[in-house]
Amino acid sequence: MEAIILQILNGLDKGSAYALIALGLTLIFGTLGVVNFAHGALFMIGAFCAVTLSRILTLSYTVVDETQKDFLGNPLKVDVPYLHDMFGQATGDVIIDWAVPLSIIFAIPVMIAIGVVMERGLIKHFYKRPHADQILVTFGLAIVLQEVIKYFYGANPIPTPAPAAFTGSFDFGAMLGFDPNLIIYPYWRIIYFAFAAVVIGAVFAFLQFTTFGMVVRAGMADRETVQLLGINIDKRFTLMFGLAAAVAGLAGVMYTPINSPNYHMGMDFLVLSFVVVVVGGMGSLPGAVLAGFVLGVLESFASMGAVLEVLPGLNQIIIYLVAIIILLTRPRGLMGRKGVMEE
Amino acid sequence: MFGLNTKDTRLLILVAILVVLAPFILNPFPENSAMAQFNAGYPDLMQRFVIFGIFAIGFNILFGLTGYLSFGHAAFLGVGSYAAIWMMKLLTMNVVPAIILSVVFAGLFSLLVGWISLRRSGIYFSILTLAFAQMSYSLAYSVLTPITGGETGLQPKLNDPRILDGALAEGATPKANLFGLEMGASYELGIGGWLFTLNAGYYIAGVLMLASFYLAIRIFRSPFGMMLRAVKSNQQRMNYTGLNSKPYTLAAFVISGMYAGLAGGLMVAMDTQAGPERMFWTVGGEVVLMTILGGAGTLIGPVLGAGMIKYMENIISKINSKILHEWFAFMPDGVEDFIVNILYPFIGKGWHLTLGLIFMAVVIFLPGGLVEGGQRIARLFGRGKKASEKDASGKTTPAE
Repeated sequence: MEAIILQILNGLDKGSAYALIALGLTLIFGTLGVVNFAHGALFMIGAFCAVTLSRILTLSYTVVDETQKDFLGNPLKVDVPYLHDMFGQATGDVIIDWAVPLSIIFAIPVMIAIGVVMERGLIKHFYKRPHADQILVTFGLAIVLQEVIKYFYGANPIPTPAPAAFTGSFDFGAMLGFDPNLIIYPYWRIIYFAFAAVVIGAVFAFLQFTTFGMVVRAGMADRETVQLLGINIDKRFTLMFGLAAAVAGLAGVMYTPINSPNYHMGMDFLVLSFVVVVVGGMGSLPGAVLAGFVLGVLESFASMGAVLEVLPGLNQIIIYLVAIIILLTRPRGLMGRKGVMEE
Repeated sequence: MFGLNTKDTRLLILVAILVVLAPFILNPFPENSAMAQFNAGYPDLMQRFVIFGIFAIGFNILFGLTGYLSFGHAAFLGVGSYAAIWMMKLLTMNVVPAIILSVVFAGLFSLLVGWISLRRSGIYFSILTLAFAQMSYSLAYSVLTPITGGETGLQPKLNDPRILDGALAEGATPKANLFGLEMGASYELGIGGWLFTLNAGYYIAGVLMLASFYLAIRIFRSPFGMMLRAVKSNQQRMNYTGLNSKPYTLAAFVISGMYAGLAGGLMVAMDTQAGPERMFWTVGGEVVLMTILGGAGTLIGPVLGAGMIKYMENIISKINSKILHEWFAFMPDGVEDFIVNILYPFIGKGWHLTLGLIFMAVVIFLPGGLVEGGQRIARLFGRGKKASEKDASGKTTPAE
């Protein structure tokens, strides 16, 4: 029982990332009908937003501190972040410590801007081209974005820690009434899951309960009719692209403490997210979220020792295996809508 | 000639001449000149040109004709490599059985993958092939280590039971050969300041590439090729006509898988090692780039694309900032630094950036790839209105 709960928990954080990326992908596909292979790159850029902000916050100047000596007896040179001057030392340190959560605020406008520019500058011209062309051009864009990041940030992973308050683990089992020390779970992963749940909830609420969301949903169902009603649906869809980019970016921002960001993390997630979208059903938002979590949890179950003894290597291929089975038995995916992408 | 019409024969002969003379054409600069680093006429790179040429020609038979975009062809390349290396370990270092077996195994594997993946089309097909490739990669990397050598890969060892070969002397390294002719054997020809390397392995791979190119032309011009084009232009209509498209697409898939296997086998023949990184999906992505860049659906395009990408990979990535400074040394210092700083991200390790930008530009502006670009230029400078009319009418059947 404990083992099962632990595996479910382990699957949740990866599942959250899959779900968030897949949600964005589906949003883009459902609104604009574009297969966006650059979505993984957006996730990666989000992660590097966090890196950038933490670098900005730790911008510092060097002072020679006469009171402290280094081991040679010379006065020690100390880097003082500008934030110390602005907010005082204590507050400044807290802000620096909280760089990753603060990056959320920083990343949203940046990602929306990148998304809108991408849609207006490139994707717009590909609505009428075949899906293969869309895949190819966004694939090219992904390579370009990845290389730009690599140029500015280098090829090595950049460790970006979570705030000190959330590092380490806690005994989740004891909270649920199990024996202590059985289910130990890192704080940040549970936060990531909660964060993902909030973002997913917000996106659904936005689509379900606002007029803007209603129009977008109407546009997803029948674009032409909405246009005939005199609504500028293109503008709203562009914004939805920005929103999808922001969702991917936020997934990336919060993922940095779990996995140090590097320039190819996007590609690693992209392949899996596409599998997730297809399993969930092309064009179905709840399907994407469900499939994300299901596959994340399945993956962590497959990496249990007991399972690996029977079927070695299952953890490596489980997602693809599930995708192949689903695609062959339920062509529309778990919750796919009728008539979407059916040739 | 060979059952081809005049135009195709001319193309085949042109390619044959290029392959034969490549060691000379690709080495246009004297050995000690400053431009010598742009020489691509060394065996290692030339072998890669033709091997990836084969890979891309095969991929084009699937993607160019039927429009099915597979991201999983790296798996077949890998299977071919492993089959070839096992032949070298078990049977003989002669490349003939290795290459034959690599084609057979890649064909069988692609039959399995194709049979399943081709139940779906469009993006689903792409995802399915991608899933298969990633599965093969993960398995080759982990569970199948006894067969694939895991992360380290496989090399022929001295004490492998090569049944057909005599025992090697102690300390000798097993070398791939064709009935005694070693793949690494080269003849160096020095003329003036120029140094040309004529390599046995390159010419063997080159002959195989010409054979596969010839086969590709025959497929393009055959009724079978016509059926594949019908799949691309309107599969539904084809079905309504009473034709089952599945056998045709499956055949195309298997043929392209066998081409990939041949490429994988040749890779092993040239450098006698195989590793799982050959199966990673980005390798499959690379062949997509090559085909699109050169021109999908054209005969010569994939070969051009393969050559261009491999040239960039090996030559542009070698340029560093020092060389750039030398080039622009004639300019005033400030301007020189400025230009070098602008160009720097695009060269050396940044060559992928250049590749990505070129690729995007091609997809956006030249969906027909470099071949279409060449045709457009030819039309601009060429034969006036009549020729352009002829080209316009030819647009419905993009053959070349």
